[in-house]
Order: sequence, then structure tokens, then C-alpha cells
Amino acid sequence: MPHLEITNLDAAYKSQPVLSGVSLSVEKGEVVSLIGPSGSGKSTLLRVLVGLLPPRKGTVVLDGTPVDYSDQRSLRALRDRCAIVFQQFNLFRNMDVLRNVTIAPVKIKKRDRREVEAEAEALLAKVGLGDKLRAYPSELSGGQQQRVAIARALALRPEILLLDEVTSALDPELVQEVLDIIRLLVGEGMTMLVVSHEMGFVREVSSRVALMSAGAIVEIGSPAQIFDAPKTERAKDFVAKILRAH
Amino acid sequence: MQYTFQFGQITRYLPDLLAGALISLEIAFVCFWGALLIGLLGAMALHFGGVWTRRVARAYVACFTNTPGLVQIYFIYFALPEFGILFSSLQAVIIGITLNAGGYLTLILKSGFLSVHRNELDAAEVMGMSRLQLVRYIIVPHIARVLFPPISNKFILMVLGTAVAGVFGVEDLMGRTINANAESFRAIELLSVTACLYVAMTILATLVLAAVSLLCFGRRRSSI
Amino acid sequence: MWARLADEAPRFFTYYNGIFLLQAMGATLLLSLGGCLAGSFFGLLLVLLRKTKGALFLVPRALAWGFVEFFRRVPPLVVLLLAFFASNLVKMDVSLFLVALVALTFVATAFMAEIIRAGIEGVHPNQWDSAATMNFGYLRTMLTIILPQAWKIILPPAFSFFLLFVKDTAFASQLGTLELTYAGKVLTSRGFTAVLSYGSILVLYFALSYPLARFGAWLEDRLAPSGNH
Ligand SMILES: Nc1ncnc2c1ncn2[C@@H]1O[C@H](COP(=O)(O)OP(=O)(O)OP(=O)(O)O)[C@@H](O)[C@H]1O
Ligand SMILES: [Mg+2]
Repeated sequence: MPHLEITNLDAAYKSQPVLSGVSLSVEKGEVVSLIGPSGSGKSTLLRVLVGLLPPRKGTVVLDGTPVDYSDQRSLRALRDRCAIVFQQFNLFRNMDVLRNVTIAPVKIKKRDRREVEAEAEALLAKVGLGDKLRAYPSELSGGQQQRVAIARALALRPEILLLDEVTSALDPELVQEVLDIIRLLVGEGMTMLVVSHEMGFVREVSSRVALMSAGAIVEIGSPAQIFDAPKTERAKDFVAKILRAH
Repeated sequence: MQYTFQFGQITRYLPDLLAGALISLEIAFVCFWGALLIGLLGAMALHFGGVWTRRVARAYVACFTNTPGLVQIYFIYFALPEFGILFSSLQAVIIGITLNAGGYLTLILKSGFLSVHRNELDAAEVMGMSRLQLVRYIIVPHIARVLFPPISNKFILMVLGTAVAGVFGVEDLMGRTINANAESFRAIELLSVTACLYVAMTILATLVLAAVSLLCFGRRRSSI
Repeated sequence: MWARLADEAPRFFTYYNGIFLLQAMGATLLLSLGGCLAGSFFGLLLVLLRKTKGALFLVPRALAWGFVEFFRRVPPLVVLLLAFFASNLVKMDVSLFLVALVALTFVATAFMAEIIRAGIEGVHPNQWDSAATMNFGYLRTMLTIILPQAWKIILPPAFSFFLLFVKDTAFASQLGTLELTYAGKVLTSRGFTAVLSYGSILVLYFALSYPLARFGAWLEDRLAPSGNH
């Protein structure tokens, strides 16, 4: 049984359709990368998955249970198991790093504060921020904020992690730091859906790569297949463009 | 005592109240333009004036924005006659509201002047504009755009502020409401109708101002 | 005229009148502070209603909106008089001060609600997104994430409103509530010249408001650059 199964998903902002007929199935422990040109709907797909934008049509099945996005209980259950790291980090600006990471586990998951704090400190140390526990987001660099956001998502102990271009806002030297953390997670066998522009990285960590264009998945396959032997015109085009850019 | 609401009894006052509403709007309108003129002079004094001009303008603003308009009019109407300066109640009200609003508009306009940034002007100068063109095409449109929302806001507050005239027996909406009440003793019904008329007047003002803003700046900006 | 003023001054500036005016000034301060604090509280409640989502809260949301729009568009004097006549209907013995305080609270609630709403909308919407995906409920998001960021945006305009509101409390004098403006009327009716009575009332309002205005300007300066929004 797939860990996450998306079937025929449609979504729109107001009246403007953004996703049409997206289907994707992700196995447990699999890392699926979403690539595609800007505006193709990658972020929107992640937003729909976590219930920030209700889908117009289609189903999302998590571990065999269909998600009902109009039902708060179902939405809660989904968000309980699925964490997202946003393209713009979205850290809580009124809280220091440690509190950003611990607030949801303590207040929402009702776990023991002492235990959560110990775990958060370990996580933050792992992402190289052991000395920034008391810093506020405005006092951190973009890369540091991004790593806090990842630690915050991990502290929720998600089964599925959604990462939205976690490196796009970073300086080149910071990109490596963040990618190293993700590699670590991949090694630990977490299910991940990753939006990324780092083609080298995508190639290295992905089990499969899905190419999106104009709100639909136009081709999906192993990294080798997508990058070396794309079948559709659209994919050939896109791959050629990236190759030229690099 | 059992009070029963009788809106039927007060319908005969309605034409009277509507005429009063018109007077209120007229007072607001007259005072607004006067206050805007004062505000313009005051802001220019604060911005470009010498030490003494600035001091006078600052003192004016401090005096009129730190005391209630109501008491200012009391002073104009009851105290100034003792120095031989006599005003009718309508004159006293108009002078009071204008001077009071002039203080606030001075502050608003000054903030508009301050919002013109040096580098915008430099950019325009580089484009080869003359001093006059600079004022005509850059500064005035910029200031107008920045100032339109707070000034519209002030105008709407001034419409409500004209109610002070009723205290001095002026036949504006408030004054007529008070008179009608003295005659009919249907205070709650009358005041409810009056309240709704004020709501209608300010909504009308909001709509007109939004239309003006749309015409001049192509976007709706007023906030109330 | 000047001779009359000089003649009257010793009778006017007495200990008794001084205490009377100070008490009235206290009442004005109490009306302003009380009305504004209560107005902030109820205004916040209205905003909490207004920012709800979903059909469940449709009616309260509409009512909150209507309340705010109505009371921002009615002169305080009308609200005060309405409260006064309404208080005559209920057979309870309520003081004029309380009537004025309640009426002014209605006004302050409407204006504060609008200020608080603007502040809340000034917080970046991605904060809501983050909170939602971490299963924060509406109230928890508001109280632990949005409001702690919004207060910096809310405080300067709230303080400006407070300053305007101090002057609006003068209309309470029309009900006969003993506050600063009414004290001026009392003094003239005791035969003092309007120059002295209303003059000193103006001075006392100034003494109350001017330091507050300076503090407000300082506050705005303090909060403006450090606001990381
Ligand atoms: N809040 C919004 N309101 C309206 N339209 C939006 C909104 N967000 C995104 N869109 C539109 O939806 C489409 C898909 O946007 P999306 O952010 O999902 O693209 P993306 O693939 O993530 O692009 P990028 O690589 O630039 O992040 C775009 O055409 C965009 O204009
Ligand atoms: Mg995106």
C-alpha cells in the first residue's frame, strides 16, 4: 500500500485553475522530487496536500485512509503525520528558536516539555544551530532560519515530510549545509516529497522524479530516466534548458 | 413606566431632520475647506518657516489638538464676547470646528510633506526636470496620493464632529433632534433615526471620496 | 474687562475651586482610560469574532461588522444621549458617570476594533499558514502567534485614538456627568466669567493631553524602526 496516494487532483486560486488532474503515489521511505518551471504548481500541490488550499476535485489517501479536507478531524489527523517546510521558512517571529521548535510538540501534541526540549536541542545541534537556541528569527540568516524550519518540522516527528525549495533562498555555501541535513534524513528512511531546483541533489537523493508543467505531472520516473532519457517533448525541453543553464 | 417605541409619531419630523442633515453636511464642507487651507499654511510654516513661524505654528497645533473642540467653541461663544468679540452660535461653531480641524490637518499635511523622499527628487532632477516641473509632476501628485486617505478620513470624522453645533442651538441635524425631542419626548426613536442619518451621511461621504480617489488615483484607498 | 478679570481672579483661584477642578479632571481621566481599556477589550473580542472562518460564525461575524461600522459612523454625542435616555427606561439607579462610561465604551469599542483588525492583518499571512499546518487552533494562533506580533502595529494608532478619545469624553458633559467640561459649565453658572472658567478648563485639558501626546510621539518613534514586519 502506498504511503501517500494522490489521484486526479484539481485545485484553483479563486477562479484561476492551477492544478489539473495530478496523480502521484509515494511509497513508504521513498523520496519523490517535484521539478518543473516556475509557476508550474509545485508549491500549490504541497499547499493542497497539507490542507492550506482545499482541492476542487480528486482524492488524497494517506496510509489507506482517504483525507476529507472539509472535515477538521480528518485534516488534523493528516497534519499530525505530515509536516511541511515552506519556501519562505515561515518561522514564528515572536518566538525564539527553541520555542519555535518546541511549541507544537508541547502545546499541540501534549508531550512532556523537558523531553521535547532535550530532543529539540539535539535536533538543532544536528542542523548546526546548537548555539542559537535563544535567538529570534530576525537575528538569523536565511540559511539559519531555513534550518530552524527543518528542525521544527522534524520535532513534530512526521511520517511524511514535504520540503518546498528549501535551498532557493540561500547563498550557495549555505545550500550545502541544508542539503547535507536532507541527505541524512533520506538515510533514515523518511518518506519525502521534495520540490527542488538543485538538479544534482535531486538526481542523487530521489527515488523518483516528477516533472510538473502547467499544473500537471507530465512525466514521472527514475532520475536517470527523467534526466538522461526523457520521453515527452515537455520533459526533453525542460531537461535541455537546465543542462544549458548549468 | 412602560416605554413603548412609537416610530410612527416621529415621521413628521423626518423632513425637518433631513433638512438638518443637509445643514450638517454644509457645515462640514465649509469647515473642511477652511481647515484644509489652515492645514496647508500650517504645514508649510512647519516645513519651510523660520524659527518663529515654526514656533507659532507648533503652538497653534498644540493648543487646538490638545483640547476638546467642544470647549474651544464654549470659549469662543461665551468668553470672547467679554473682550467685545461677538459671534452668532453658527459662526462660533464654524470657527471652532475649522480651527480645531486645522490643527489636525496641519499634522496630517506635514507628514505628507515628510514622505517626499530626497532620492525621488534627485532621480527626477537627473531626468532633467525643472524646479517647477518637479513640483508639478512629482511632488504634488505624490503628496496628493499619500494624503488622500488620511484627509478623507478626517473629513468623515468632521461630518460626525458637526454634531457639536446642536449643543449651541444651531439647526443642524443634532440641533433639530434636540428641538424635536423637546417637543415630542420621543428621544430614543428620534436619536435612533438621527444615528442612522449620520451613518447614511458618512457612507455617502465614503462613497463619494472613494469615487474621487478612483478617478484621481485609479485605486480605492480610503479606509473608512 | 481686564479689570473684571483681575477683580474676580482671587475669588476664582481658591482651594475649593481647585479641588473641584482636580476631581473633575480625575473623572475625565477615568472616563478616557476606562472607556479606552474596556473598548480595547471588547474591540478585541469583536475582532476575534470577525476573523473567524466558516459558516458557523457567519451571523456573529456579520453582527460584529455591523456594530463596528455603525458606531464609527455616529457622533459620540448621539451615542451618549441614546445611552442616557435608554438608562432612564431601566428602573435601576445608575449614575450618570456610568451611563457616560458605557456609551463611550461603545464608541471606543468600534474604533479600537478597527485598529486591532488592521494590526492583525498587518502580520504576515504565512504565520497563519505555519500555525495551521502544525494543527494550531484559531484562538491559539491568535493569542500565541498573531497578537504578540500585532501589538507593535496596534499600539501607535491605538494611542492616537486614545488622545482623540480624551477630547470626546467632553461630550459627557451634555448628560450632566461631572467631568472637566461640565465643571466649566458649573463654574460659569456660579457666576464666574466664561474667560476664567472655560479658560482654566482648556488649560487643564492641555495639561492632561499634551504630555500624553508627547509620550505618544516618542512611542511611535520607538516602535517604528524596530518593528520587523
Ligand atoms: N496566492 C495565490 N493566488 C493566486 N494565484 C496564485 C497564488 N499562488 C500561486 N498562484 C499561481 O499559481 C500558479 C502556480 O504557483 P506555484 O507557487 O504553485 O508555482 P511553483 O511551481 O511553486 O513556482 P516556483 O518555482 O516559482 O515556486 C502560478 O501561476 C501562480 O501565479
Ligand atoms: Mg514554489
